[in-house]
Order: sequence, then C-alpha cells, then structure tokens
Amino acid sequence: MPTTDPIHETVSAVYESDSRRVLATLIRLLGDFDVAEEAMHDAFRAALEQWPNEGVPSNPRAWLVSAGRFKAIDGLRRQKRFDSLDDGSGKTADVAVLDTEAWADPESVEDDRLRLIFTCCHPALAFDAQVALTLREVCGLTTEEIGRAFLTPAPTLAQRIVRAKGKIRDARIPYQVPEQAELPERLEAVLRVIYLVFNEGYSASSGDLLTRHDLSAEAIRLGRLLVELLPAPEAVGLLALMLLHESRRVARTSPDGEVVLLDDQDRSLWDRDLIAEGSRLVRAALATKRFGPYTLQAAIAAVHAEARDPASTDWGAIVGLYDVLARTDDSPVIELNRAVAIAMRDGPEAGLASIDAILDRGELRDYRLAHAARAEFCRRLGRTKDARASYEKALALTRQEPERRFLERRLAEIPP
Amino acid sequence: MKRDMKYLCLVYLEKDKLHAVPDSECQNCGDGLRKNGLLLAAEALEPVDTATTVRIRNGRMSITDGPFAETKEQLAGFYLIEARDLNDAIQVAAKIPPAREGSIEVRPVRQLDPEKYV
Repeated sequence: MPTTDPIHETVSAVYESDSRRVLATLIRLLGDFDVAEEAMHDAFRAALEQWPNEGVPSNPRAWLVSAGRFKAIDGLRRQKRFDSLDDGSGKTADVAVLDTEAWADPESVEDDRLRLIFTCCHPALAFDAQVALTLREVCGLTTEEIGRAFLTPAPTLAQRIVRAKGKIRDARIPYQVPEQAELPERLEAVLRVIYLVFNEGYSASSGDLLTRHDLSAEAIRLGRLLVELLPAPEAVGLLALMLLHESRRVARTSPDGEVVLLDDQDRSLWDRDLIAEGSRLVRAALATKRFGPYTLQAAIAAVHAEARDPASTDWGAIVGLYDVLARTDDSPVIELNRAVAIAMRDGPEAGLASIDAILDRGELRDYRLAHAARAEFCRRLGRTKDARASYEKALALTRQEPERRFLERRLAEIPP
Repeated sequence: MKRDMKYLCLVYLEKDKLHAVPDSECQNCGDGLRKNGLLLAAEALEPVDTATTVRIRNGRMSITDGPFAETKEQLAGFYLIEARDLNDAIQVAAKIPPAREGSIEVRPVRQLDPEKYV
C-alpha cells in the first residue's frame, strides 16, 4: 500500500494501537473468537472505505467496535435467514441484546483486555495452547510469527489455536476476569505464560536470534499491560524480573555468540535505565508484603544489578532472599542457586557441601547446571580430578551449543 | 420385578465415529427407555478435546486440559450437574470428595441435534 495516503496511514496507526482492544470488546459482544476476529477485520475494511469521505471519527475505537458489531449481526441475520425458514427464537434474541448500547460502558471496555488475557491463559487449556493463544489474540502476532519464534511449524500452531478456541466455545470457558477468590491462582497462570514467552526469547539457544529477541520484548509489553490493568504485587514483580534480566542481554553473550557468566560480564554494557526501572518496581512490590517468587527473584536480580563489580555484590542479602524463596517453593533448583550464593559468601567449601547434599538426595542428578556448579567449586578448591569429572557430567547432559563450548573451554583450562 | 439397582452405562466410541449413529436414533432410544421408566439420565458428550480434569492436592486445586487418562484408576462414579459455564462447573467438581484422591473429568454435555447428525 502506498504511504502517501494519509487516511490509510491513520487506519494503520489505529490498527497498531487499538486493534487488540477492539477485538477484546468484540469477543465480549459477539461471544465467539472467530466471529469477533472477522468482524474486526470487516470494521477496519469499512474504515478504509468510509473515513476518506466521512472523515476520521472523534473516537475511532468506538466507531470500529460499532461497525464490527453491526457487520457481525448483519452476517448472523443473513445466515439465519439462510439456515432455516422458521423463526426459531435463539439467535434473534441474542441479536436483540446486542443492539443495546450497554457495551460502551467504559469500565467494561477497559476490562475487556483483562478478560481476553485471563481467557487465553485459562488453566483448562493446554499450556502450549495458552501461550500460542495469548501471542495470537492479545499480542496480535501472526501464526507464522509465533511458529518462527517457537521453532514450531505454523500448521501445528494453527491447529493448537483452533483447538483452544473450540474448547473455549464448546466447554464454555467464560469471558471474564476471575472473582477475587480465584484470582491468585488464575493470575499465576497468566504470569507463567508471560514468563515462558520471555524466557523463550531470552535463553534462545537456536533459531533466528532476532525473532527470539522480539519474543522477550513482547513478554515485557505484556507484563506492562498486565501491570497497567491489574497492578498485583506479583505482576509488578514479574515485570521487574524481566526488565532486570533484559538489562544484561547485551553483556551475557560475547560478539561471537559465546556465553559470558555474570561474574565475567562487562557491567558497563548493562542497561542502566532498565535497572533503575526494575529496581524501583521491585521495591514497590516488596513494600506490599504480599509478594511471591517472582518478586523475590527480581529482588535477587536487583542486588546483582546494583553491584558495581562481582566482589562488591551483597551475597549475604542474596542468600537471605534465597532462604525466603526456598520457603515459598521447595524446588531443588532454588536450593542449588542458594548453594552458589553461599559459596560466594562463605567460600567454595561451604557451597560444595550444600551441592553435595542436594546431589546425594538424588535430586538434580541429571541437571547439567548442578554438575557445572560443583565442577566450578572443585576447581576453585584445587580438586582438579573432581572438577574434571563434574565438568564431564555437565557436558554429557547439555544440549545447548554455546553452553557446550563454554564447558569444554573450562575443562581444557584445568591443569592436568 | 423390582428395579432396585442403578447402572451407569458408559458409551465408548472412536473419535471419528462420534456421529456414526444418527442423533435421532439415540434420541428415540432414550425416549423409549424413559417411557418404560428405565432411564434416570442420559446424555451425549462433547468430544474429549473439550475435557478438563480437576484435582485437589494439598488443599490446592489444579486444573488441566484434557481427559483423565491414567489407566491404573477406574471409573468410580459420576455426577450429572448443571452449571453456568466451565468455571462454575469446576467449582462444583472441586467439591466432589474424590477430587482429593483421584481426579474428576469435566465434560460438557452435547445437545443432540437430529437435524444435523442424520
């Protein structure tokens, strides 16, 4: 399309900024994802036709919702006439309800985006379907874009999305923001989806890196939207966590794609603005005293971010935060991270004792990072034979190419 | 003869044969059984794609997509409930006591449509 047409540019801009809001409201009004999506596209098509003559309406979003609703109802009426000749009352009644102007209530319209997020992240949908549906409906990514980012064939993703929409319709998953009693658990599901999207982009080990980076940006955008709509402490905590991780993105890989550990990173490459924003959000979330694991992880990331160099890191604070985190989540991975923090505070001997205790329990025996950490402590203690054995175990377990190269380098550095 | 027993007859069908028998035939069967006082409740179900499984573990509800398919356990009973939507049905399912030990599969009932599936 030529960019010389100002109306076309306006419509494109409105599409960019408002198409997801329009869709969210149309789903509520029309009660069906596919009908709503079609109606939204019809509405934008109508805008392209009518705005050049009638001028851009003062409230384009309301105009688009109205137009989309009208097109859909019109379509339903026509289909109804086509479907049967008798006057079965079902659909006509639905249409009558839709003809009222109640939809325009600003509070409901604002809630529509939240309804859309909670519906896409409903735990009755398969987790991978929640992720795909959220990126498709809330973020407006195309199926092809999602497929590229997740290294999944587009038809597989399309099928996942179709199935999820079918379940929403047939099992009647309601289009609503959960009630207060259900909110904590339902919010957890939303946060899990957002964090997975972020991590997919952040810890990308293969595929088109640029696309994968976009995925992290998308997750941060989602996190911001959620905080704007529902500023729950853990939503704020997750946003902070993502921003603080993101602040280190450039520093954590060398120009030739090698992994750079936290201790070895060039801290002048860290993004100070993201750190400032992340730290501010962490403090706000902690102050509510109703925070959870995301806020605690963000607080740990903030302690790292605020240290000028590895030596001046407040390891005591980090161990303390891991202690609290371990109380809310007894995952052995958190215990492992705590062991690493203890090693930094009290020396490698103390860290080694903690890691061996975890490995002796049989947990994490197949977790490459546990062996990599153990190898590191042994190396520092001069126990070269043990270090070598642990690096080899970690190498056998890793599937990430840069990580494998990193471990091989370390292994080669050990004196014979 | 006194009928003092209750039986739940479960219908199993492969996915692509869900509509192999016309809905009208199923409806007639149900009507006939009902007329003879033999039927308490009979429903067709939506495909297994629409199933949701509810469990209570450590006092927390867990909701997952899909049917309950751990072969070790067997069907132990059923409740036919009325609910507004899936969230409503999940709240009821979570209160069914065996949710603590096993799981409850929640499947939407399908309205028979003799005109569509002939």
